[in-house]
Amino acid sequence: MNKRIKAPISREEAALLKAGDYVLLSGTIYTARDAAHKRMQEALDKGEALPFDIRSNIIYYMGPSPAREGRPIGSAGPTTASRMDKYTPQLLDLGMGAMIGKGKRSQAVIDGIIRNGSVYFAAVGGAGALLSKRILSSEVIAYEDLGTEAIRKLEVEDFPVVVVIDSEGNNLYETAILEYQR
Amino acid sequence: MRSISVSEITKQISEMCIEANHFLSPDMKKVFDSSIEKECSPLGKQILGQLEENLVIAGTDRIPICQDTGMAVVFMKIGQEVSIEGGSLADAINQGVREGYANGYLRKSVVRDPIERENTRDNTPAVIHYDIVPGDRIDIMVAPKGFGSENMSRVFMLKPADGIDGVRNAVLTAVKDAGPNACPPMVVGVGIGGTFEKCALMAKHALTRNLEEESPIPYVRELEKELLKEINCLGIGPGGLGGTVTAFAVNIETYPTHIAGLPVAVNICCHVNRHAHRVL
Repeated sequence: MNKRIKAPISREEAALLKAGDYVLLSGTIYTARDAAHKRMQEALDKGEALPFDIRSNIIYYMGPSPAREGRPIGSAGPTTASRMDKYTPQLLDLGMGAMIGKGKRSQAVIDGIIRNGSVYFAAVGGAGALLSKRILSSEVIAYEDLGTEAIRKLEVEDFPVVVVIDSEGNNLYETAILEYQR
Repeated sequence: MRSISVSEITKQISEMCIEANHFLSPDMKKVFDSSIEKECSPLGKQILGQLEENLVIAGTDRIPICQDTGMAVVFMKIGQEVSIEGGSLADAINQGVREGYANGYLRKSVVRDPIERENTRDNTPAVIHYDIVPGDRIDIMVAPKGFGSENMSRVFMLKPADGIDGVRNAVLTAVKDAGPNACPPMVVGVGIGGTFEKCALMAKHALTRNLEEESPIPYVRELEKELLKEINCLGIGPGGLGGTVTAFAVNIETYPTHIAGLPVAVNICCHVNRHAHRVL
């Protein structure tokens, strides 16, 4: 059965999600990928504030293709999350609610998820056209010079994701494979 | 000599970049259809269904199939009786990429320098492979390559004694390590033999082969089938979320090699295995 979640996401809501749950996400989320994470890290190193309040908010690892006229966004599927692993534990400790991406995470990220009661969702990689239809609006809020890698504030409705790593550290990528290995 | 103008090449490349990013080849569509029946996992089936729906939306609403519209890889087979006129061929190809990525609302994903990483903002330069062949035609293959799967690709410099089992292990290792990162179901391109760079180039080129065609070499054909079966027993499945369809196909190319070596390259492509082909 599908669960429905409204972003931002509280610790209590995150705790109810289990690896393998299919979730339809609505509300406000933020995009950031490689270059934006590097800038956020530099800001934190200098003691500066992040471009948005990270507490309870969801970061979507995504850099869209350009929007055609009359559309909020172009193709908008997830990118590989492990490239953000270096920056993620600190963001989790600052209260990040959840992440949406695709692919494996490092042990340091998994430990950070457990420590902070967060959750890692996967969206279907390579379904960027379909996922773009679930994005109602998109606004660049920081690092505009980075182009596709700028930080965007998105309003999403029934955005389909699967819980891959839950707040207890259960990892669907590991358990699901065992089920179908022959 | 037959003459072909650079402006014609630019126009073709531009159209091909847009076409490849919105429409998969018919053989790719067919393999999607048949894999939904083969997939045993309910979630896997659901994901394959989403991916098929994604292809329909991409074509109908003109939204790129994937937001990673790739680095443009261009295979040029140029007939030796062709005279290319009106300017530099490389400039013409890059101009085609520039126009296609702008007019097609495709993402610009190329940085000028691998360390300094400033986006070139027009997705140039392309990676161009030239081949001079007999005849008076130009055969163009444009294959935009996304980097989720490119990053999971590998080159193994095996020993001759490793033999075909060594090749098998190399391919399975690369696919296992790639797992969910490479956006399965994948197409696996393999190059065996040649030199370090030749096997990598063959692996890339193998991805452009029609999935309904088989290798003309009997043992290679067998190896392709066996590897596909073994990969689909790994359990990775669609999206890496578990299942029995981890790869759509294994395409292998081979080439003579040195008495001391057995190079193997594995170029992994996600389910958005894009390529547009035209002959001028």
